[in-house]
Amino acid sequence: MSETKKFLYVNRKAPYGTIYALEALEVVLIGAAFEQDVSLAFLDDGVYQITKGQDTKDLGMKNFSPTYKALGDYDVNKIYVEQESLDARGLTLDDLLPLTWEDEDDDWAEKDSIKVISATEMAKIMEQSDVVFSF
Amino acid sequence: MKFSVMISEGPYTHQASDTAYNFTKAALEDGHECFRIFFYHDGVNNGTRLASPPQDDRNIVNRWSALAKEHKLDLVLCVAAAQRRGIADADEAKRNGKNADNIAPGFRISGLGQLIEAGIQSDRLITFGD
Repeated sequence: MSETKKFLYVNRKAPYGTIYALEALEVVLIGAAFEQDVSLAFLDDGVYQITKGQDTKDLGMKNFSPTYKALGDYDVNKIYVEQESLDARGLTLDDLLPLTWEDEDDDWAEKDSIKVISATEMAKIMEQSDVVFSF
Repeated sequence: MKFSVMISEGPYTHQASDTAYNFTKAALEDGHECFRIFFYHDGVNNGTRLASPPQDDRNIVNRWSALAKEHKLDLVLCVAAAQRRGIADADEAKRNGKNADNIAPGFRISGLGQLIEAGIQSDRLITFGD
């Protein structure tokens, strides 16, 4: 497949309570093998998916948040977080996992994958995407 | 136009499968081409032949099977989602040591790559769910 499309995975739901976040991450990981232009968006309660310090011990569910840190190794390094969603939940960038990637064109320098953007900018990214998955 | 559909909710509890069915039927009748229907999350429950809804209600599973037969649709249940929820074809049942399968006619079980491929190959991918 030579055609490259812009894929956007929109994550809108809390990490636990429903399975959407976990199964969305499974799609992202499989999709990474297809060499498409991939971006992730986190908004609404979806911002909780990438918060630090998740502890699921008492839930009896697997804490899958460490997997997000592997996204950089899959060349998934455009991660957009909506500012308004963070604000509404009293969160800041410091509350999020430090998601990074290594830029092979810049002597493997470690760079931040997360970009906090406004809802207006998020709308533009959605508009510019070819395939939008909403989870 | 070539389109694909993702259905992410189960039958009856949620309208997603009904709306996706109506959409697909209308699009096909309008001359559009359907590349694939992909069932994910609880959507895989649309593919069990063991569903027995009341006689005076629509049979969502049979309706998909019939539409698939009529239009040679590719109805794909995600394997990982299906395993979690107990939907199996003969191969999957054997692989997982189960004594029965329950996949409905016209459906097949395959990987998430089929969803990504649908996104690449189709002009539009439409999601039905929450």
